[in-house]
Amino acid sequence: MAGVLVVCEHLSGGFADITFEMLGLASSLQVGEVSAVAFGSMADRSGELGAASTVISAGCSDDFNPEEYAAAAKSAVETTSPDLVLVASTSMGYDIANPLAATLGIPLIAYCTGIEPEEGAFVCTSSLYGGKMGVTSTVPGPAVVMMLSGAHNADDGRIEGSPGVSDLGAVDTPGRVRFKQLIEPDQGDVDITQSGVLVAIGRGIGGKDDIEVAEELADLLDADMACSRPLVDAGWMPKSRQVGKSGMRVKPSLYIALGISGAPEHIEGMKDSATIIAINSDENAPIFDVADYGMAEDLFDVCEELIEELE
Amino acid sequence: MRFAVLLKWVPDLVEDLEVDDEGTGVDTEDLKFKLNEFDDHALEQALLLAGEGDEVVALTLEGDGAEKMLCTAIAKGASRGIRLTGGSSLDTAGLADSFSQALGADTYDLILTGVQSVDDRDGQLGPVLAARMGLPCVSVVSEVGLEGSTAMVAKEYSGGMVAEFEVDLPAVLGIQAASEAPRYAPVSRVRQVQQTVDLEEFAVSGTGASSGSSITGMAQPESGGGAKMLTGLDELVEVLNGLGVT
Ligand SMILES: Cc1cc2nc3c(=O)[nH]c(=O)nc-3n(C[C@H](O)[C@H](O)[C@H](O)COP(=O)(O)OP(=O)(O)OC[C@H]3O[C@@H](n4cnc5c(N)ncnc54)[C@H](O)[C@@H]3O)c2cc1C
Repeated sequence: MAGVLVVCEHLSGGFADITFEMLGLASSLQVGEVSAVAFGSMADRSGELGAASTVISAGCSDDFNPEEYAAAAKSAVETTSPDLVLVASTSMGYDIANPLAATLGIPLIAYCTGIEPEEGAFVCTSSLYGGKMGVTSTVPGPAVVMMLSGAHNADDGRIEGSPGVSDLGAVDTPGRVRFKQLIEPDQGDVDITQSGVLVAIGRGIGGKDDIEVAEELADLLDADMACSRPLVDAGWMPKSRQVGKSGMRVKPSLYIALGISGAPEHIEGMKDSATIIAINSDENAPIFDVADYGMAEDLFDVCEELIEELE
Repeated sequence: MRFAVLLKWVPDLVEDLEVDDEGTGVDTEDLKFKLNEFDDHALEQALLLAGEGDEVVALTLEGDGAEKMLCTAIAKGASRGIRLTGGSSLDTAGLADSFSQALGADTYDLILTGVQSVDDRDGQLGPVLAARMGLPCVSVVSEVGLEGSTAMVAKEYSGGMVAEFEVDLPAVLGIQAASEAPRYAPVSRVRQVQQTVDLEEFAVSGTGASSGSSITGMAQPESGGGAKMLTGLDELVEVLNGLGVT
């Protein structure tokens, strides 16, 4: 059987948006039947997966387990023999898609933002080099493609329905990876998902002591501070201020990005902001692709002048 | 315990990237390269975990940067450096095949590598390597603790959520961030290592592994695609006024 198999992702009892993004994309490709594999009790919610004609119920624990979910995905591929398998380009997806393709011996394309079917093959565009290059690959089916979040509209795949459910049964794994617990993020002093205006700083800020300038600007604009991941890893900013794939998803009315390059992992967390202003000395920085307004200048020059003006 | 850390030399994104003449690759002439930043975190995590009598072995494929990466790793505290010759660094499939041969020549308790690199178009090295070697793997790891023959690891999800797993060793980890910021090695110390330490070599026997796909095009996204570019403070202030935030 040809068609597309979507590997559903869920967290905290709900399907992730990327699941619906992939379902919408799968239907739009028109390369045969769309099926979806849902893990654990999520298969009971097949009514939400109406974009698929079949839901494969994988008898796994509800909590993600790399070994178990990869084995279940493999068994789902073996029963449906799809031409194309879509997996989320997420933390969980990394541990499903790679072993899946490697053990099945089929090609894998990562960081994909778009797919076009072409004479039995798929032309996939990947966002590589931190979003600085769009790379087109041609891959024959069957293939596994990892889809970046946010490249498609989740609403296109959010269709109620009553797909047929087929039971995959329990999966057998060596049990070398055991889930222990899920840890909720520290709330931190400010919930940046609720902020109206955010001043977000990236590695372009240079050093810990230079953060002051941005803080001063944030004060004057009545904004909260946010940041990209490297600043958290360096211990300069608390994790609760991190925006992006492994941080918070924010939607302020204004997001001012200072010295942030615009890697796909960052953009994922801020692209839905109502207005984005980016200041970056590199005129080719990918952040300018999602920004509404851009300034290709030194952030310190701009901040200092702006602070003076606002005062 | 013996830790392996896999290192990769990648373009520095601070540079302007250009498409090469064939239109299917990045023009590497004049391009600055550096150690994959996530590999630097993997190395740091291994160094933090290693205790007395443990061994941290850094491995990379021959070529530009190999000596620098390995000597820097040793300067930071790694015990040995191995350069793989004759391997394929073209794609993740080739890298995984090359590394699996070198790692198979010895026993390792924990294999650490960066969660991803800027050019791993055909998948992430850690889990691909693990599948090839038949080892368990957890990616996107930001904390690691060792307890006997198992590792406790924290895997990051979205929204700041973290899952804790217990993993039987030997295992492969894709490291997102070490529990401390990567240490710095003074240039003088790296130079000293370059002069005094013999790097080891491992000859990879021809890898036939392939990504199974071909690059048919490469292009820079249109610069400033969506943004209206502002010149001068006045224009910025006007925008801010328009938004009512000033
Ligand atoms: C699984 C995974 C999850 C991730 N999750 C996240 C996440 O949640 N959030 C996140 O942000 N990242 C995340 N990342 C990391 C991401 O890939 C990038 O590495 C990161 O976003 C880069 O941060 P940056 O833009 O601050 O730094 P860089 O990419 O180094 O960019 C710095 C920018 O500053 C500019 N600059 C330098 N000096 C100045 C100056 N004086 N004035 C103006 N501009 C200047 C430069 O031109 C450059 O564009 C994740 C990565 C992985 C693998």
